[in-house]
Amino acid sequence: MSDINITVIDREGVSHKLIAPTDMNMNLMEVCKSYDLPVEGVCGGMAMCASCQVYVHTDKHFGERNDDEEAMLDEAYHVKSNSRLGCQIPISTEMEGAEFELAPEES
Amino acid sequence: MIKTDIVIIGAGPVGLFAVFEAGLMKLHCHLIDAIPQAGGQLSEIYPKKPIYDIPGYPTILAGELVDNLMEQAAPFKPGFTLGERAETIDELPNGNFVVTTSQGTKHEAPVVMIAGGLGSFEPRKPIIENLSDFEQNGVNYIVKDPDQYQGKEMVISGGGDSALDWAVYFAEKNGFVHLIHRSDRFRAHKDSVAKAYKLEEQGKLKLYTFAEVKQLEGKQQLEKVILETKDGIVPIDTALWFPLFGLSPKLGPIADWGLEIEKNAIVVDTFDYQTNRSGVFAIGDVNTYPGKLKLILCGFHEATLAVQSAYKRINPDKKFTLKYTTVQGVQGFD
Repeated sequence: MSDINITVIDREGVSHKLIAPTDMNMNLMEVCKSYDLPVEGVCGGMAMCASCQVYVHTDKHFGERNDDEEAMLDEAYHVKSNSRLGCQIPISTEMEGAEFELAPEES
Repeated sequence: MIKTDIVIIGAGPVGLFAVFEAGLMKLHCHLIDAIPQAGGQLSEIYPKKPIYDIPGYPTILAGELVDNLMEQAAPFKPGFTLGERAETIDELPNGNFVVTTSQGTKHEAPVVMIAGGLGSFEPRKPIIENLSDFEQNGVNYIVKDPDQYQGKEMVISGGGDSALDWAVYFAEKNGFVHLIHRSDRFRAHKDSVAKAYKLEEQGKLKLYTFAEVKQLEGKQQLEKVILETKDGIVPIDTALWFPLFGLSPKLGPIADWGLEIEKNAIVVDTFDYQTNRSGVFAIGDVNTYPGKLKLILCGFHEATLAVQSAYKRINPDKKFTLKYTTVQGVQGFD
């Protein structure tokens, strides 16, 4: 399995190039945390908080929002049509070159 | 003034287990928590999720683990100050600490253990202009002492477990409740959602989906909430509104307690999980040290070691040896 390259733009607008393994069962929230980006991931990745909300800048949305994610985003703030929960995006080879932006913190 | 041996800030799993370990050494504990029930994140965020890495339990629901920890701690009669946030830790001339809560309740002890997880849970507030005007006058973010709302008409907003559980509770108890949700999908457990729909059929619950409270009206006390729905504006006369959009943890006052903080966590010495303030310990998710893992099972270990050191601080000249519970069982407090 190979690593992939993705870009994550933080809340100050700074762009970070990240290398993520595709064979460690990781998701985007976890990769951001492993790079010490300011993603809280309060619930640990159960789609039960919205602290890992990202905007997907790439056309592909890497799968549809699942039901839990959809329900959580219904109650989150700053939600846009390209919002996803980072914890619900598993790292896969099709994400090579993709760009994400961290949504603002809730308060 | 509440007096005890160890004041534990945070009534989550690690704080509760500390009560048990302290009890084995004949130390009394009192727990403080900002939310009105014990269990911390497990009760507040994921009570119905299974946990798979508690030693000896191939699987256990988070809520059940909390119930078990409460049962395990019960023989040692812990005290609780719930629904109040620990605000300050002051030191007395005799070396004891005084922990004061948001409601002004004071707790004195020679040892403080911070088991505060990710911090205290603060409500996620909706964005409404005059919201703060009604915060003491009809708008409540948590349901504390539900008996005080008996027989009262109310509006509840939200789609998660707490919104649904309370809507069901009050619909059954009071015979009527309004429930407002922004969509027709719910985060809450499907059993609770099914119950809500059933209560709607029985006329005990009025459900508004694709609806949102946008305005609040009232002289001083809340008198009316104004909904925006897909069918237009709907006003509801009510003196009580519960926006239950979940709680999110904030480190809050912990940051002002003179403790060394690194990445939103309290730096401790792994010898006994003491902080830079002698007599103040930090255990569980709230602490950090080289190699730290935020796992419940690691918190249990930390609590056990911290309590040994607390004992020595409280009883500097008294001998104690580790006792196995298999030898004498558990001798609770009278």
